[in-house]
Amino acid sequence: MLTCGIDIGSRTIEIVIYESETAKILECCITDTGSTPTDNVQIHLNSLMEPLGIEYEDLTNTVVTGYGRKSFPLPGKIVTEITCHARGIAHLYPDAKTVIDIGGQDSKVIGLESDGRVRDFAMNDRCAAGTGRFLEMASEILEVPLEKMGSIAIAAKKRVEINSMCTVFAESEIVGLISKGHPKDEILLGVMESVTKRIVGLTGRVGIQESVVLTGGVAKNIGVVRTLEQEIGTRLIIPEQPQITGALGAALLAVE
Amino acid sequence: MHEHDKMWEDLGLDVQLHHRLMESIGKNYQDTVLTQKNRPEGMFYFDGVIHASHGDRVKELINAKENGEKIAGTFCIYVPEEIAMAVDVIPLPLCGGTNFSVPYAEKLLPRDICPLVKSTLGLAFSKTCPYAPIKDMAVGETTCDAKKKTWEILAGKVKFHVMEVPQKKEDPDRDVWLEEVKNFMHQMEALAEKKVTLDRLKESIDVMNRKRKALQDFSNLRASEWPPISGLDALVVYQSMLNDEHVRFTEKLEDLNEELKQRISQGVSPFSEGLKRIMVSGCPSVMGNWKLHHIIESSGGIVVADETCTGSRYFENLVADSAKSLDGLIQAIADRYMKVNCSCFTPNNERIEDVRNKVDMYRIDGVVQYILQYCHTYNIEAIRVESALKQKGVPHLKIETDYSGEDRGQISTRVEAFLEQMQGNSKG
Repeated sequence: MLTCGIDIGSRTIEIVIYESETAKILECCITDTGSTPTDNVQIHLNSLMEPLGIEYEDLTNTVVTGYGRKSFPLPGKIVTEITCHARGIAHLYPDAKTVIDIGGQDSKVIGLESDGRVRDFAMNDRCAAGTGRFLEMASEILEVPLEKMGSIAIAAKKRVEINSMCTVFAESEIVGLISKGHPKDEILLGVMESVTKRIVGLTGRVGIQESVVLTGGVAKNIGVVRTLEQEIGTRLIIPEQPQITGALGAALLAVE
Repeated sequence: MHEHDKMWEDLGLDVQLHHRLMESIGKNYQDTVLTQKNRPEGMFYFDGVIHASHGDRVKELINAKENGEKIAGTFCIYVPEEIAMAVDVIPLPLCGGTNFSVPYAEKLLPRDICPLVKSTLGLAFSKTCPYAPIKDMAVGETTCDAKKKTWEILAGKVKFHVMEVPQKKEDPDRDVWLEEVKNFMHQMEALAEKKVTLDRLKESIDVMNRKRKALQDFSNLRASEWPPISGLDALVVYQSMLNDEHVRFTEKLEDLNEELKQRISQGVSPFSEGLKRIMVSGCPSVMGNWKLHHIIESSGGIVVADETCTGSRYFENLVADSAKSLDGLIQAIADRYMKVNCSCFTPNNERIEDVRNKVDMYRIDGVVQYILQYCHTYNIEAIRVESALKQKGVPHLKIETDYSGEDRGQISTRVEAFLEQMQGNSKG
């Protein structure tokens, strides 16, 4: 059967079309949420279905997750991103016991049972510290592209500490550091560590058990990956496509 | 124009602002409690209590004063109501549950304190609390830091008596508490210009015990295998218990209990069968605050028990009324109120035990600990409650929040994930 998983996040939307017989992702996409998520979802869903020659009715089930899950206009089941991420990771990495998801505007740590069910979870979603938003701010203010930030940061010899936890105040602080002549790579390392500090706080509440998988767009940032590995003391597994694990999990739940 | 405008104006309230407060609370009630389906008919009365709280109830209290009764505002369920009632002093809980008044408190008080304290103070400061001008005095207590220090500010404007609630429950603490209860009695006697007599005290103990019994029966009925009433409606009943006249409330609740028994025998419920049974434990949700229960029950759970001040802690344990002397009854009252397990006590193991017992008694699938922001005692005690629940294998979620609507989405996500987690476990 064909199922669909849709993760409508605050910054990005991911869609996965999954075939259960072959256990394959037939089509997937990542796009910006923008200001009209409902329209964007439909447009991109259509663009995924077209090359497969199917209509929405040909999908057996759809599961919708993420921040905008309740605004999806077509028939589908609503499940939170916690359950979906857990399901997606359990499928990709059956030995995973901990999932760390760092998204655009929130971050979460999910503890898994040995059979992949959710054991416990902790979220930070009332504050942009420790999320992609913090990194986006730093990228803008330091004029370094997001995809280059991580490798520049880990090459730094030392770091400059960022004291502000708040993304808004950290921006002012970074401007100050630049004007004092601190090198960008050192500031960037400080930025990575700020994000890591917030995540470590969340992991304390759930507990780290190996193996630990890092998902979400921020998992593509090698700077965060390395500093986080150092802080929690274990290697992090990064999926090939870390942004779609929520949508994948949704599509898998749609099979059940 | 509102029928009570003249009354509010005469009380010195800011009538225009008060209208906006009423609209805000009214809309909140409409969007939560009144969206429910298949409610027991008896809830009509309790909706009325909420509706009348700033109107007809105020009128009733003004009339009572004209008939010689006095009013003592209270802020805590440790204050022994029976003693006040025995000299015709009406104990009137004043705790605020609306977010509307919070900014008015933040003009003076620090922002980072309990929202309940801010809401209460905000109502007084903004002249939108109709009880403030009609009360004869206020009774505070030394339970938590925010309250304790706020009384000092209010005492400048209002006749205030502060009861010292001890920190522990050892013998010396019980002696202190007994003295405080006696002091409270003298304060009430001075206010009323009457003495507490054995007969009057027995009478008021009977009234309160009957009220407690009705509430205990209610709590058992609502937690039936297939609940005949929602947790949100149960909360409305519990909020009413803190505002309504005791005897009338008890009679109406006894009627509701009869209706619930019928519903149970006929299999009538606002819910489909098999939903997860949740216990809310921790801080109270006073009148004006329907957020958590509404979110839980809109997400597919049922709140079947409340281990809170707006729940079991108010009505558990009757006052033993067998003593033949006034001193004996006062001791019995002190003993009963000392059994309330607020986190302001240490080590409060009794509460942890109580939560574990209630999980069994009410066949609870999961516990949601409700922590008001900046409530350090409940927030830190939550760690040990969680540990005890983990040992018992009971799923657990902690929600820390204030009165604002800004985090409804975030709380929904957590509650939904929690319910999904429990569903997943029951499948596996």
